This record gives sequence, C-alpha cells and structure tokens, in this order.
Amino acid sequence: MFVYLSCVVLLLVGIYCVAVKKNLIKIIIGIGIMEYAVNLFLVILGYRQGGTAPIIQPGAANPILVDPLPQALVLTAIVIGLATTAMMVAIAMRIYNCYGTFDITKIRKLKG
Amino acid sequence: MINFLPMFVAVPLGAAFLMPLLYKIDRRLTDLLGNLTTFYLLAASLALYFFLPADHLMIYRVGGWAPPVGIILVLDGLSHFLLLTVNLIAALATLYSISYMNLYTSRGKYYTLFMLMVAGMNGVVLTGDLFNLFVFLEIAAIASYALVAFGCESEELEASFKYLVMGSVASTLVLFGIALLYGLTGTLNMADIARSLPANAGAARALITVLFLMGFGMKSAMVPFHAWLPDAHPSAPAPISAMLSGVLIKALGVYALVRILFNVLGMTPQLSYILMVLGTLSLLGGVLLAIGQWDLKRLLAYHSISQIGYVILGIGLATPLGIMGGLFHLFNHALFKSLLFLNAGSVEYRVGTRELKEMGGLAKKMPVTWATSLMASLSISGLPPFNGFWSKLFIILACVQAGRLWFALAAVIGSLLTLASFLKVQKYAFFERLPSRLEAVKEAPWIMGAAMIVLAGLCLSVGILFPYLITFLVNPAAAAVLNGTGYSRLILGGL
Repeated sequence: MFVYLSCVVLLLVGIYCVAVKKNLIKIIIGIGIMEYAVNLFLVILGYRQGGTAPIIQPGAANPILVDPLPQALVLTAIVIGLATTAMMVAIAMRIYNCYGTFDITKIRKLKG
Repeated sequence: MINFLPMFVAVPLGAAFLMPLLYKIDRRLTDLLGNLTTFYLLAASLALYFFLPADHLMIYRVGGWAPPVGIILVLDGLSHFLLLTVNLIAALATLYSISYMNLYTSRGKYYTLFMLMVAGMNGVVLTGDLFNLFVFLEIAAIASYALVAFGCESEELEASFKYLVMGSVASTLVLFGIALLYGLTGTLNMADIARSLPANAGAARALITVLFLMGFGMKSAMVPFHAWLPDAHPSAPAPISAMLSGVLIKALGVYALVRILFNVLGMTPQLSYILMVLGTLSLLGGVLLAIGQWDLKRLLAYHSISQIGYVILGIGLATPLGIMGGLFHLFNHALFKSLLFLNAGSVEYRVGTRELKEMGGLAKKMPVTWATSLMASLSISGLPPFNGFWSKLFIILACVQAGRLWFALAAVIGSLLTLASFLKVQKYAFFERLPSRLEAVKEAPWIMGAAMIVLAGLCLSVGILFPYLITFLVNPAAAAVLNGTGYSRLILGGL
C-alpha cells in the first residue's frame, strides 16, 4: 500500500510543479514527473513478490511470474511521453526566440 | 462479411507518411492525396451502412486474437455516428485547405499532421480497448498541438504551449485512471472491464470516475477546464480550427467520456447530476465570455465551450430523449461550428484580419461567405428551420420531461445570449458601412466557397429532414449509450 501511495505523492508533486512554477522549463519538468509517477504506478501494479520473467519453460514447476502487460504499457507510455516532451521543448525554444524569456508571467499576448 | 474497420486508421496513417515524399515531387500532389484520403474515408463510413448486420455491430479482431486477450475494433451505433461526423468534417476541411493553405508554407507537413489527427480520432472512436484508446488519443492530441502552433507566430506558440501543458496533464490523469482500472480488474478490454468490475469497489470507482471526468473534461473543454480552448482554437489555421472545434473536442472528450461513463463504469444518478451541472456551467459561462469578444475566431471558440455544454447537459440527463438530443446537437454543432470557422477563415483570407471592429459591409463584397455565415449563425442560435433549433428543442424538452426546470431555463437563456452575440457578428462584419480600404475585397476562392456551401446546405437539409436523420443516425447511437453496461454482453457474447 505504501508504494502505491508514494506514486500518488509523486503525481501530486508533479501537479504542484505544473500549477505553481513560473518557468517554462520547470513546467516541462513537472509534466515529466507526473508521467513518471504514472509509469511507476503501472510497473508496481505488475510486480509480484519474488516473481521472475514471464517465460514458461517446459518441465519447470509453476513459478511466480510478474505481470508482463503493464511493462508493455509503460514502454508505450514512455514513447508517448518522449514525443510530448520533445514537442514542449521545441515550442519552449521558439517561445524564447519570440519573447526572450521563459517567465510565463511575461509571456502574455493572449488574454480575454 | 467484408470487414474494413482497420482501414479507417491505416489509410490516413499511410497517407500521412506519403505526404512529405509527394511534397518533394509536386506540392499539388499533397492536396490530391489529402482529399482522396478524406473523401475515401467519408465514402467508406457511409458505405458501412450497407454492410452492417441487423444488430448494428461489427467487430474486428486485431491479429486474429479473440477478446479479452487481443485488441478489438468495435463499430456500434455510437462509434459509427462519431466516425461519420469526423470524416464528414475532415473531408470538407481538406477541400477548403486546397486554397486556404496558400497563406502558409510547408503544405506537406500540414497534411501529414492533419492525416495523423484523423487517424487518431478514427482510432479513438473505433477501439474497444482502453489503453489503445489512450494511444490513439495521444496521436490525435500531439498532432493537434503541432497544428495549433503551425503559423509559428508568438501568439500561436504561446497558445500551443498552454494547450500542450493542459493536454498533457489531462492525458496523464486519463492514464492513471486506466492504470487503476487495470489494477482492479486485470484486463484492458472495455467490455471485459464492465463485466468484471467488482461491485464493492466504491472508493476506487469514485476515484477512477473523477480522474476520467477531469481528464476527458479537459479534452472536451468543459467549464472549469476550458482555459486552453479560447487560445488554442483561434490560433490554428481555419480548417484546423474547424476540425478542433467541430470534431476533436467531441471525439477525444465527449465520446470517450460517454463511452467510459455509460458503457464501462455504469451511470449513477449522482454522476448524471454532476454532468448536468458541468454542462450548464459550460453553456452559460461560454456564452457570457463570448459576448464581449472582438476577435471573430476567439468569439467562435468561446461558443464551442457553450455548445459542448448543451451536449453534456443533454447526455447527462441520461433519459432517452436527453441522450438523443445531446448526440443530435453534437452532430449539428460539428456542422455549423466548422462552417463558422471556415467563414472566419475566408474573411481572414481576403481581409487579412480577425478583428470585428476592422470589418464592415462585407455582405456585398463576399456574398457566399455572408449567406453561409448567416445560415450558420441562425443554426447555432437555434432558429427554425435550421438544425440547431431541433436539437436544442429536444434538450430543453428533455430537461422539462425530467423535471429539471432550472436547467431548461438555463438552456433557453444560453440560446438567447447566443443569438445576441451572433447578431453582433453579423452587424459588425457583414452590415454597417464598408471601410474605404476594404473596397478591393473579393469573394473567397471557389473551392473554399464550395466547402462552405456544402456545409450550409447540410445545416438546412438536416433541419428540414431531421426525422430521417434521427431514425438512421442518432437513434442507433443513443441506443448504444442507453444500453449501459449491457455493452459487455453485446461485445463478448457468450464468452
């Protein structure tokens, strides 16, 4: 139970970072933390105490196997996270070229 | 039975990767391939009506694996309804792009992103697997983040970053919800989850519901999760604005929310009340913020929030009439809101501004744009005989029928305020005196005009022939929603 709760705490740290920080780069890092919290949660879901890799060998006694599905999900989620992060960093760079700052309180051409 | 469900994802995905190659040969080829793809998809989603079995259900097993082990693509009434809406608007938006994209460079990249977005949306509405839904949702969302920033002006980048941050937080929350559901049930197939969700998981079920409500609420821009939409939608090129407001928020937001809440988790009276309150907040909040806007596309974007409010209110009632009205309004909103964004694009193409104060007297100079925009304005304000009138009428009647008189009153007030704000658009953009520097303005190119005329014709003909449309299109979709968690029996059968 404690490990699951620690994932939630990590998720909240990420949300705090996204909501409170004023720097574009720190916001990107916050989203990274949120994604890692969910990925960690998925990996822990699949873990079994004393489990081994899920390869069934003929003749071997029924071993405890970890659940392979969440690992596949996490791989996909990491790739998607990579695409999102690359997109965010690219846009942050273009914003820096346009506005000359990473401070979101100064990037305010849109309002209303 | 011919089963071509995977084509809806595979064809636009393939087209997306061919675009940069074709762009090297001749940039006109990308126009051709883009239009061929979307019109093929539209024809295919119409043709599906002739291949459907009587129970309006079609299942494709990816890789031949049976559910719940393998991933399945499911076409039921609701999926088919959304599929048709997405591909109809996509076809007209690509037609419009042929001329409109002269304003921008790198057409090849534009069509690549457009096709990826269409593939993602088709995947979201077709998939029967929860994690697969997340992947397709991200494909469509990442393509749309890039399309919002397509002009690379400072405002567009700012809007795109805001959209990216909100969208990524939403996706993370959705993924967390999916992880929790997997932990509870040990499966990712939506029908299997509905079947094996333990009845005593009260607290976990509530947490999952809240996570999905926040995640998909942000994607569909309900108040109070709406802050990104009025920045992001106006910043994109006009055909993309039409796609984003017309179908993206519905396929990624409303459809996914409705599918999961009704068919997977099961609807409860409390949840229905929450949806109704969120819907009413959106429909009043959106329209109140819209009235004060002077940027034409920004005003339209606020109206998208308001009209999504109607859809959520109707569906949230969870009565047969309410769900039918909500889904019908979803289709109608796709028609008239994409038309309005295309009109705004034509004005921007010829006049070069989106500020209402700098326009005036365009009715004489741009008759096609004016006439179609008038029809769209009457539709969105809910005047007979246009399509918006009927769907709003159904939603208001459903509120009265369910005894929710205050919600019905809010819907009526929202409709009147919509009318007021579109009178403002008509007055400042198309009537009044023509400023002398706009004397040389011409009508938009004929291809753009053709796309607008088709949409306006659809608005009018749906308004006149609505009983047929409801019988053939909306009722099967409403039946799929009303079926609730009976969805799992339908998909898995005797398994």
